[in-house]
Amino acid sequence: MKINDVILQTVTKAVSFIILTFSVFLFFAGHNNPGGGFIGGLMTASGLVLLYLAYDIETMKSVIPIDYKKLAAVGLFLAVATGIGSFLFKVPFLSHTFAYKYLPILGKTELATVLIFDLGVYFTVIGVTMTIILTIGEDE
Amino acid sequence: MNINEITSWIVSFLILVGSLLSLLSAFGILRLPDVYTRSHAATKAATLGVICILSGAFLYFWVFQGYVSARLLLGILFVFVTAPVAGHLICRAAYRSKVPLWEKSVQDDLKKVLTKEDYQHQAEN
Repeated sequence: MKINDVILQTVTKAVSFIILTFSVFLFFAGHNNPGGGFIGGLMTASGLVLLYLAYDIETMKSVIPIDYKKLAAVGLFLAVATGIGSFLFKVPFLSHTFAYKYLPILGKTELATVLIFDLGVYFTVIGVTMTIILTIGEDE
Repeated sequence: MNINEITSWIVSFLILVGSLLSLLSAFGILRLPDVYTRSHAATKAATLGVICILSGAFLYFWVFQGYVSARLLLGILFVFVTAPVAGHLICRAAYRSKVPLWEKSVQDDLKKVLTKEDYQHQAEN
């Protein structure tokens, strides 16, 4: 029996856009509102899992050729590197700072180095979640 | 009546209607006989109920707090798009795993199509 997934796949195309955009929003909102690297990463991972559910693993591997184990490693490296980077300015490990900058579209924006640490958390959460789910999914 | 009073009436109406629709959908799930009719009650009434409640909350925050919540709008859109698809998928999974229809059902158009597909599949092999 041929399975016709056209409704699921069409809706997934639209909905995964919403989920991934909202996860990026949550990631950037984390400083002053509910959100942050962990929940943003989980939401990105859930959007990716929805794509993996609607299409098969081989198609997704050709569309997103990312090794999620390496993504987790990059995330850990970013988190540690922001900690070590504070030694360059002769301050204790994991000291963070912030500055106000004028960006072209956004106007006056608070840029904090915590964001880089959060990016590390974000990558690690995506990497670990997707590695767990894909390892279970590929088991024969 | 000023604008705040009118809006508070609209907000309370929306939230009341939304909760009543959710209650109706819960009764539908309890009272209807098989998977397909239950999913009919659960997807339609509950979706409209949630959308009404979310619209009421959006209007409340907009008028009384002066805060336009894009997240609530996105939530309305998201529920509107995904809930019927979830109902469709559950029903389809139920039909393909041969869950019987209610014994008083009179029409089953999908059965003809699916069995014809089965015949063709067997003929090809």
